[in-house]
Amino acid sequence: MTPAALELTASQAAAAISRGELDPLELFELYRERAATDRLGAFTWVADVAPQPSGGPLGGVPLAVKDLFCTAGVPSQAGSRILEGYCPPYTATVVERLAAAGAPLLAKTNQDEFAMGSSNENSAFGPVRNPWDRTRVPGGSSGGSAAAVAAGLAPWAIGTDTGGSIRQPAALCGIVGLKPTYGACSRYGMIAFASSLDQAGPLTRDVSDAALLLSQMVGARDPRDSTSLDFPEPITLPRRTDLQGVRLGVPSELSGDGIEPGVLGAFQATLELARQLGASVEPCALPHAPDALAAYYVLAPAECSSNLARFDGVRFGYRAPDAADLTTMYTRTRHDGFGTEVKRRIMLGTYALSSGYYDAYYGRAQRVRTKIADDFASAFARFDFVVMPTAPGVAFELGAKTADPLAMYLNDFCTVPASLAGIPAMSIPNGLASPPGGGTPLPVGFQLAGPAFSENRMLEVAFALEQALGFDGSAVRE
Amino acid sequence: MIDRETVLHVARLARLELTEEEVERMTGELDGVLEHIERIAQLDLEGVAPTSHVVEVANALREDEPEPCLPRERVLESAPAVLDDGFAVPSPQA
Repeated sequence: MTPAALELTASQAAAAISRGELDPLELFELYRERAATDRLGAFTWVADVAPQPSGGPLGGVPLAVKDLFCTAGVPSQAGSRILEGYCPPYTATVVERLAAAGAPLLAKTNQDEFAMGSSNENSAFGPVRNPWDRTRVPGGSSGGSAAAVAAGLAPWAIGTDTGGSIRQPAALCGIVGLKPTYGACSRYGMIAFASSLDQAGPLTRDVSDAALLLSQMVGARDPRDSTSLDFPEPITLPRRTDLQGVRLGVPSELSGDGIEPGVLGAFQATLELARQLGASVEPCALPHAPDALAAYYVLAPAECSSNLARFDGVRFGYRAPDAADLTTMYTRTRHDGFGTEVKRRIMLGTYALSSGYYDAYYGRAQRVRTKIADDFASAFARFDFVVMPTAPGVAFELGAKTADPLAMYLNDFCTVPASLAGIPAMSIPNGLASPPGGGTPLPVGFQLAGPAFSENRMLEVAFALEQALGFDGSAVRE
Repeated sequence: MIDRETVLHVARLARLELTEEEVERMTGELDGVLEHIERIAQLDLEGVAPTSHVVEVANALREDEPEPCLPRERVLESAPAVLDDGFAVPSPQA
């Protein structure tokens, strides 16, 4: 076997394995060696030995898993010092399902601490660098998963998306990222950030890989996650090559102001391509989309402040030494263990939930959420999908936005509306654009959002666009 | 407007110790973010129901049947301090 095996997409590798042309153990070993050369900071742990192949539809193609998925006996630290060295006693449902389906654990990937961030600069284990330009961020919070796949350090990966944490890094690294319908994937064993928004999903080199990986992540609801849902149909591999009869709506609120010219240029070109493939492309309105970010930055911090109460130095993780009494142990453990952004969000969320403010913040934000879901429902009465850029800009330089929390939060402007509506959304690479000041062109993402459980149709449309775009996601290698 | 006293009060609620410098920085930063969040105060939300789970779900109930749980020693392996068969913590009253 030659390293040419590393050039294969995951679906191609799975097919080669099933034809007997590729040995899954050798493939694992090849990736293990390659992962060990990582200079992007993409991994927090890499497997020592290949597990015995289990067969299954995923063929034995190894998988990189975001650090916040619990993996029994393997460090699961959510990018946080407070969980440094923590090896949980159980494994997350989606990781378990994927391993059983033939995607063994290759590595754990770096991330923003507790998934809070859009640049992967908030990890206790150091930043991740973008393989297209190492002075730039890979996006976040699933930045390690995105960078690993884009650099060819892993065949495919899973991440989580709360307000854009799969789609935005996928866009900035030039790969495919999909956030399923809320509830489609079990959250059991995912270290929680904002429970009403968190959703697992694939980060892959192409649309077919995303479909194949997702097909084994959804299915029957998980009795261990009461918010999980039965997925109404199996996920199938996309084949569509035209877009005849597909109605695409373009929300002016998310495709104009605040978007870099290079990103808008690529977006317009892709719309034109969609027309050529037979789609109709018309403006649509999401009047409350500009309020989504404000609602999100109430809801997500509020839920995080509650979820992160469990990190108190009692049952697992870090404990501050030498505290004389219990309260001091709690407060000091949390002071030492949490990073700046996590503290900021705990403070914001605790404030929003504190006595006298609940209705003004959390209550109102939940009502805004209803308005946003209603906006999408109206759009889907006329359109099959709503399309917009994934991120307002290309990858920015490390450190460029760390001093200004609000500037960082604005990266989520185009991804948060679909998160609040709980609907599926995905990003596919649709070209390269130079950053505003000029320089090497960097990947841009095109985002599709559809009604709940429209994943199969969305993958078909994404596949047709991908074939026509001809973006070579495998061009970059470390 | 977030002042120093509010930051200290919220930090106490969140069981979070902050350094002097963190209190200072947090005061300004939270103010900036809350100013953006204020835009939802302008919306007319009269009669709009709140959304938590966006896909309509009824109660998720199951039979109340005992199932094996993790062995005690496996769980205690992760604990920072163990006393006899439980988690050890400093005294609340020290």
